[in-house]
Amino acid sequence: MRYLIRRLGFYALAAWAAVTLNFFLPRLMPGDPATALFARFKGKLSPESIDALRAAFGLTRAPLWRQYLTYLAHLVRGELGVSIAYFPSPVSRVIGSALGWTLFVAGTAVVVSFAIGTLLGIASAWWRRGALDRWLPSSLVFVGSFPFFWLAMAALYVLGFGLRWFPLGHAYSDDATPGWTLAFALDVLRHAALPIATVVLATLGGWLLSMRNTMISVLGSDFVTLARAKGLSPARVVLRYAARNALLPSVTGFGMALGFVLGGSLLTEIVFSYPGQGYLLVQAVRNQDYPLMQGIFLVITLAVLGANWLVDVAILWLDPRTRDSAT
Amino acid sequence: MSEPIGAKGGGLAAWALAIRRDRRGLAGACLLGAFVLTAVAGPALVGDPTAPVGIPLQPPSWAHPLGTSGQGQDVLAQLVVGTRVSLSLGFAVGFAAVLLGALVGVPAGYFGGRVDGLLSIASNVFLVLPGLPLAIVIAAYLPPSPATVAAVLVVTGWAWNARVVRSQTLALRRRDFVSAAIVAGESDGRILMVEILPNMLSILVTQVIGSTVYAIGAQVGLEFLGLGDVSRVSWGTILYWAQNDSALLTGAWWTFVPAGLCVALVGFALTLLNSGFDEITNPRLGLERAWRAHLARRGRSPGRSTPVARDHA
Repeated sequence: MRYLIRRLGFYALAAWAAVTLNFFLPRLMPGDPATALFARFKGKLSPESIDALRAAFGLTRAPLWRQYLTYLAHLVRGELGVSIAYFPSPVSRVIGSALGWTLFVAGTAVVVSFAIGTLLGIASAWWRRGALDRWLPSSLVFVGSFPFFWLAMAALYVLGFGLRWFPLGHAYSDDATPGWTLAFALDVLRHAALPIATVVLATLGGWLLSMRNTMISVLGSDFVTLARAKGLSPARVVLRYAARNALLPSVTGFGMALGFVLGGSLLTEIVFSYPGQGYLLVQAVRNQDYPLMQGIFLVITLAVLGANWLVDVAILWLDPRTRDSAT
Repeated sequence: MSEPIGAKGGGLAAWALAIRRDRRGLAGACLLGAFVLTAVAGPALVGDPTAPVGIPLQPPSWAHPLGTSGQGQDVLAQLVVGTRVSLSLGFAVGFAAVLLGALVGVPAGYFGGRVDGLLSIASNVFLVLPGLPLAIVIAAYLPPSPATVAAVLVVTGWAWNARVVRSQTLALRRRDFVSAAIVAGESDGRILMVEILPNMLSILVTQVIGSTVYAIGAQVGLEFLGLGDVSRVSWGTILYWAQNDSALLTGAWWTFVPAGLCVALVGFALTLLNSGFDEITNPRLGLERAWRAHLARRGRSPGRSTPVARDHA
């Protein structure tokens, strides 16, 4: 338990660093940050309303520590400011409406890619120097060298535009009515298939190589030789003895890869005009919507930190050593 | 008789030799060489990449081997000039990220204690923060330019290098020759610069290559989002304009396929080169290969055991 609490402390620190960075970035930039920020509101709001907004979001002439406290207080209440691109919606509502799609696509892609990549890595290590091991790792690493969003463009061009097997964008068809029906679920899956598949394809090679390399060294260790000598079935030796031990570095890497995969998945969303955080991000960049950008940064950071903590729980379950030292 | 490769240490000559001996490393070096040559000499051979030269979105032809972009510019000229921009930025960021990583990682590993605690926490925090969103919030407040992109990528890319350098410094610090230097009364600065850093050179080279791969990919991603200077030509802005001109939905594959292919080929070349360097930094790989060859000559196949460093003359 102490291990989990220590990790929780670290993530709290990381979250605080992100929050503080978010506060200071606009204020560190040259010129009056408030003017730069609220210049975007000109024409949309009267000067009086701008002054009211300034007061509401702590961008006042008050001392810095006061502004910081106001900012933290707003944050705790989930207030992230007002979006410029989607004026006058608050940032939290804009992000909230799109968060589900991103978690759905990125989450599914990460889990599917990890599962398939790890299984392929096990197979590749078991039949080492076989046909599978000879061409699969290097070709997947080559595919992984492409930018995520480029693979998305290629997939959209060939499978969507050329062969017309998949829709060209959005999360569901215009004529579909959202609801918990089978037809709507199938429609959503059809729209999500390409975004998920491209992220899976781009990240598969990494999981395969990581699992393959650890498997090879675990397969050479004495306890595996003993298990084999006992006459256990190959499936049992590979899965119960070798793979479970080899999984650990991959799971540790899983937490670290999350942020990277999420970033790539955001860019993929843009190509497919998928209504998630990535799409919002483009709108934010195009409209210089600073509050929205910063809100997205915070929400995604918190999601990644939370997922990392879940990975720590998984490690605790997989590796008895952390359990012993932690109790 | 094949000599153990790892025994030679990490001199530049040994690297060149290992690269030449390793087919993958050689292929990577050749591929990278072709790109560097294009970056150096290419822009002089093609026309102005921003000048409109024909009807927009024309398919490849003799006059324009890779067709024209959505603004009627020559895609080949854009690609060649983009190679120079993207490669130089990639390598500059690669070097800077490793330098910053070493500046944090070496003191952390060497001094230990509180210095280590503080620096390690800082690099772990940066490691766990998602890179792309962080890069975007920083870049959005700075004027759009290659310098902005480079600075942002260094800030988001140094932490992994710091972690690797730290653990490497920790390992070296426990070695006898460092203890001897401490006993001999050498200053900390001299021990770091003369005893420890030279022994990490091979790791640092691998890291520069790895960071460059990251930098090129992330740079293309940021520019694709429109956070670079979109009026300048680079691989990322080519893809940005391809997406914004809806080239995809008009079937103009030539506007986005070449640039993505270049990113992938450079990344792949650098990865191959790194696996070539691995032969030197990880002697076990070379030994395993020599051991297999040795057994094969006697008509036997190796078992599943891990090969140990042995002299099998």
